[in-house]
Amino acid sequence: MQKDIVEKIKANPDYQKLVKTRTGYAIKMSIAMLVVYFTFILTIAFNPSALAMPLSDGSVTTIGIPIGIVIIVFAFVLTALYTRRANTEFDDLANKIKKSVGEN
Amino acid sequence: MNRAFLFLILGSLAVFASGTIDGEIVKQELNVSAIVMFIVFVSATLGITYWAAKRTKSAKDFYTAGGGITGFQNGMAIAGDYMSAASFLGISGLVYLKGYDGLIYSIGFLVGWPIILFLIAEPLRNLGKYTFADVASYRLRQTPIRTLAAAGSIATVILYLIAQMVGAGKLIQLLFGLDYEVAVILVGMLMILYVTFGGMLATTWVQIIKAFLLLSGATFMAISVMAHYDFSFNSLFSHAAEMRGIEVMSPGGLVSDPISAISLAIALMFGTAGLPHILMRFFTVGDAKEARKSVLYATGFIGYFYILTFIIGFGAIVMVYTNPEYLDVAKQAVSGGYPILGGKNMAAIHLSHAVGGDFFLGFISAVAFATILAVVSGLTLAGASAISHDLYASVFKKGKADGASEMKVSKMATVALGIIAIFMGIAFEQQNIAFVVGLAFAIAASANFPILMLSMYWRKLTTRGAVIGGSLGLATAVMLVILGPIVWVDILGNAEAIFPYKYPALFSVTVSFASIWFFSVTDNSDEAKAEQEMFDAQYVRAQTGIGAEGASEH
Repeated sequence: MQKDIVEKIKANPDYQKLVKTRTGYAIKMSIAMLVVYFTFILTIAFNPSALAMPLSDGSVTTIGIPIGIVIIVFAFVLTALYTRRANTEFDDLANKIKKSVGEN
Repeated sequence: MNRAFLFLILGSLAVFASGTIDGEIVKQELNVSAIVMFIVFVSATLGITYWAAKRTKSAKDFYTAGGGITGFQNGMAIAGDYMSAASFLGISGLVYLKGYDGLIYSIGFLVGWPIILFLIAEPLRNLGKYTFADVASYRLRQTPIRTLAAAGSIATVILYLIAQMVGAGKLIQLLFGLDYEVAVILVGMLMILYVTFGGMLATTWVQIIKAFLLLSGATFMAISVMAHYDFSFNSLFSHAAEMRGIEVMSPGGLVSDPISAISLAIALMFGTAGLPHILMRFFTVGDAKEARKSVLYATGFIGYFYILTFIIGFGAIVMVYTNPEYLDVAKQAVSGGYPILGGKNMAAIHLSHAVGGDFFLGFISAVAFATILAVVSGLTLAGASAISHDLYASVFKKGKADGASEMKVSKMATVALGIIAIFMGIAFEQQNIAFVVGLAFAIAASANFPILMLSMYWRKLTTRGAVIGGSLGLATAVMLVILGPIVWVDILGNAEAIFPYKYPALFSVTVSFASIWFFSVTDNSDEAKAEQEMFDAQYVRAQTGIGAEGASEH
């Protein structure tokens, strides 16, 4: 890419908006995943009995099992949310930027 | 080429037939339905390879299937790469043995995927062509960066191949009654066929078909188990707890201290984001949109699969454990308890027989074999690309190699890796290989991942920082594994480990990032300034996809 095109894109408000919103969103989503996962893994390391509590009185199923399943589902839901927003909002912005420099 | 291809098909079938017809029974009786289904799978995939070979003309076709794979297909193939025989049999076996602890592992393997989507998939797709080293060396010096990235890739691939080949040999010996060596040679030969003739297109479709078969088989097993308990998890778990104690329902001793827990978590998350055969799949789709969809589908399939393996592991506790049909009587006489034939990793295989009889056992056995074939093919292709694209074309020929000679080199590299895999598989038959997959993840997390991540996001990264930091990360990972409890104590027989933790990633990843940072910020050369100036253009391309590789037209 030539330098003048790079400078032109960098000055484009759409580009600045794209980088800012997407980076912020990606970081927020990553933190959400990391916090959930590390809370889980550190609970196992420091206080495993918290996950060994029965789900209800007399039940064999422990609370750890639904929590584990929910983390798996949570990971999938995060990817679905991100993909939906990126494939519409972010891609629209990227396409606008491409058009502004005569690509596509 | 077609004649050579036919010859190889016949040759490999002859090897297969000689082992089966002579009936050199090793451990298990000949499993006819498994062998028939396996032959059907191999014939179908060789048919696909023949079809793919006709469409694989350029280097781009060979490495990336022309970039024309859809997000759904690629998601299935990525899931297939991840659902190796080791994770299907290993995780269900771990659940069978330890209950809840198996779920902890599954979750660790899964949570890397959202991070890959948020931070890596898109810039990787927009900047790269065939390998992740394309991205790492985008604005840095080609020779040192490519050499280091190739070393990281090849090390990861070979370690993974050893684990897969040894697993394959033992599994096939048990399931099909073939000799260990015959099984390893058969896997190696078929893999060479798929990859050299069909390239990425064949490798991807073999992986997709296998992923479909594995998900179907595992779904059937999980539903059969649940049907026994009127689809009530509580009654399944109650029965399991009656047989094995209430401990199976809660975290056990698998992850005991906080350092090990965090270190394992880092290895699994960042290691996944540094596996060359996974990263390579992002270049097979047309654009960033399809790359994101790939991760979405892959995460869905992998998450679903881990929930199934959890049910399968508990199913094995209630239906296989103490069942005299699967009891290893000889072993019980020595050690007591209820050891199952073939060890804990056979739990899912025995369960398939318990729920579906000989026919379904045959199906799952064939799928397990197919899984190994598909995974070793993807690994070999990634290793061959590192050799031909990074080392031969970029380092040795300084980027002046033409596509045809590059492709020739990658086919030669495939054959060489196949032969290495066969020899390693045979050499490591009696060895304790518990450390190899962990080491592969540690290297991927400590060498490949930091360089890739920082090259995409950190302006100040310089060649010096990346090379010194990446090498130190790699060396630290290898050293700590050798000095750790698995190799130093269990294999080398020393009394006490010099490095007390099983998983080195927390330390080696820190070493890697810290030294990349230090040797980059203290680099005041003109070259370093030029590299930092090129960041803007790279970042614009990574963000917008302007100038990214498209799909080829055909």
